[in-house]
Amino acid sequence: MKRRDVVRTLAVLGGSAAVGRDLRGRPRRAMAAGTATAGVTDTPLPDGESMAVLVDTTKCVGCRMCEYACAEANGLEKPEAKVDFSLRREPSESQFTVVNRFETSAGTVSVKKQCMHCLTPACASACLTKALVRSDAGAVVWRESKCMGCRYCMISCPFDAPKFEYDAANPRIRKCQMCAARLAEGESPACVANCPAGALSFGPRTEMIDEANRRIYGEPDKYVHHIYGEHEAGGTGWLYLSAVPFSEIGFRSDIGTEAYPVFTKEFLYAVPFILTVFPPLFLALSEGSKARERWNRHAEEE
Amino acid sequence: MERAISAATPPAGTGIRGFLRFLRAELRPKGPIWTPFNVITGGIMLLAAGILVVRFAFGLGSVTNLSQDFPWGIWKGFNVITGVAFAGGAYVLCFMVYIMKLEKYHPIVRVTVLNGFLSYTFYAIALVLELGRPWNILNPIIGNSFGVSSVLFLVAWHFLLYITAQFVEFSPTIAEWAGWPRLRRILGAMTLGAVVFGICLSMLHQSGLGALYLMAKTKVHPLWWNEFIPILFLVSSVFAGLSMVMIEGSLSRRVFRGRLGRPLREGHEEILYGLARISAGAILVYLVLQVVVQTHQHNWGLLATGWGAWYLLEILGLTLVPALLFLGGVRRRRISWVRAGAVVGLVGVVLNRMNVSIIAYRWDAPVHYVPTWMEVVVAVAVICAQIWVFRWVINRMPVLDFAMHGEQRETTSRRPRAAAAA
Repeated sequence: MKRRDVVRTLAVLGGSAAVGRDLRGRPRRAMAAGTATAGVTDTPLPDGESMAVLVDTTKCVGCRMCEYACAEANGLEKPEAKVDFSLRREPSESQFTVVNRFETSAGTVSVKKQCMHCLTPACASACLTKALVRSDAGAVVWRESKCMGCRYCMISCPFDAPKFEYDAANPRIRKCQMCAARLAEGESPACVANCPAGALSFGPRTEMIDEANRRIYGEPDKYVHHIYGEHEAGGTGWLYLSAVPFSEIGFRSDIGTEAYPVFTKEFLYAVPFILTVFPPLFLALSEGSKARERWNRHAEEE
Repeated sequence: MERAISAATPPAGTGIRGFLRFLRAELRPKGPIWTPFNVITGGIMLLAAGILVVRFAFGLGSVTNLSQDFPWGIWKGFNVITGVAFAGGAYVLCFMVYIMKLEKYHPIVRVTVLNGFLSYTFYAIALVLELGRPWNILNPIIGNSFGVSSVLFLVAWHFLLYITAQFVEFSPTIAEWAGWPRLRRILGAMTLGAVVFGICLSMLHQSGLGALYLMAKTKVHPLWWNEFIPILFLVSSVFAGLSMVMIEGSLSRRVFRGRLGRPLREGHEEILYGLARISAGAILVYLVLQVVVQTHQHNWGLLATGWGAWYLLEILGLTLVPALLFLGGVRRRRISWVRAGAVVGLVGVVLNRMNVSIIAYRWDAPVHYVPTWMEVVVAVAVICAQIWVFRWVINRMPVLDFAMHGEQRETTSRRPRAAAAA
């Protein structure tokens, strides 16, 4: 009970400060705090400021309740009742989360997939209109009035989270928004609230990492010693525990631990450098060439 | 196509009305209309217009093969990313002529700047066609939506500023054509500033297109992805742009024979040899950079794979060979070698840009993007439209024939073109 109160207070504080106003789309000064994280930085936000979801794949029974809850919360079409689990499904523009099953060395494992809500999101740093921003509560959200549909976020995201409505005249970028509106109300995301197996936990990110470590150290034989998302791509808002190596259950192992916006840092730093150093250099060269011309003419005359 | 059409330009009237009458006369086609070239390119453009109606009514998915795995197709990969590399001739030539004062290349500076300006204009059009929500295109330019941490934000701004700089660089030609000597002097005085600013913007823009892929680290094949993509894009834009200048010059020489000025007619081959030498130098720098980058990434093992063979085709067959053709051509005075080198070099750069943006992008995807015929038609139509505008300008404005250093010729604008064409 006490924990939930803490969660609620934090979510209200952090969420309403950023997400609430954000979603209503009011122009606001407070944005600066939220979007600073979308900038180029090596250091993610201090942990604890944002919320996270911990997914324990050893507890997931693959019931797909999260898919239904997600569709309802986001006004999406109801997921089909029967799916072919032998196929690997991906979240799409009309379904923000999917559960896949993997046959592994430890038996069948079900894994929920959605946007990872990075601490320093590649998509938000790639967005030239700030349509994608990360709220202080930790949700990476898309804002319709800003987006020009360039799809550079899709190129940049290492998890391929943003999806585009190719069959719409007025297309949107669609992905899990971590139920930002619910977060602002102090509630947990719809999928977490509706998970009957207790596979999903929601709370401040530091607490979720503590909880994950507690489980790993409590049952060291049950879990691989790795919290996927703790460091991947600079850290993500969704954290995963697994009984088998993550590469066996559909996770990329080549993401690296660097925050993706860092890859563009050098280029971005070069811009002011080139714009200040080169113009005088070119002007000097031009003067020099003029002098050379004069010299040549002078030499010809003689 | 038209050649040596003498214009029935009416004598200049005074004021706005006189200019409008002049403009109306100039807007009329000057040559035969039903040429095979016009019919074919016109047909392609009409077809593209129809396709674009469908695209805007039903979304990108209705005419393209774009998917969640391949968000950018040939309109971006070919028209924009490859096209901008070919427009690189403008900044390289402006550097040579206006900064280094290499007078030899002065006769081709106007046509190159025109080419660059039009390329940028039409690549901007291709980009708009490709945007999902183009009505928000002004968001990064005005308003409170500055995504300053985005490479694309910088690319967009450089695009906008550079196209303005190019317009200023070209504007004296327009003023001469319209017969505005006073404005011509003012605009001419702005050229050096525009050139200096333009070169800086160009360097950032060319490298920026490569920098777009820096975050696609896990998606582009390691032979094409590295931290130095921006530098590789910048260096290759030098020989891509100059190869384009060589090809365009060789074609213009035939197609617009009547429009050529004496310096251009007489200096053409010398200019080509000079450009070939510079291109060869740029290619050698580029190849050294490639060796350094691939060694740095421990990629040599990948060369034994199918992708390695594809890479070697690009690097040896279509980049090293042009350099050898250039060097051999310059040494033995074989202009045909130089021209062949430019064509092969151009193909090499197309392949490089397409490899980064499309072919080796998501190289491991089970279903790879292949453009629909409709995407190809639109991509070609954009180029056709550009050629039409280019031809219109060349046939009217003093581009291939102009007085360098603003000597006397200013007053002879709006004259019947027959004299120049003779």
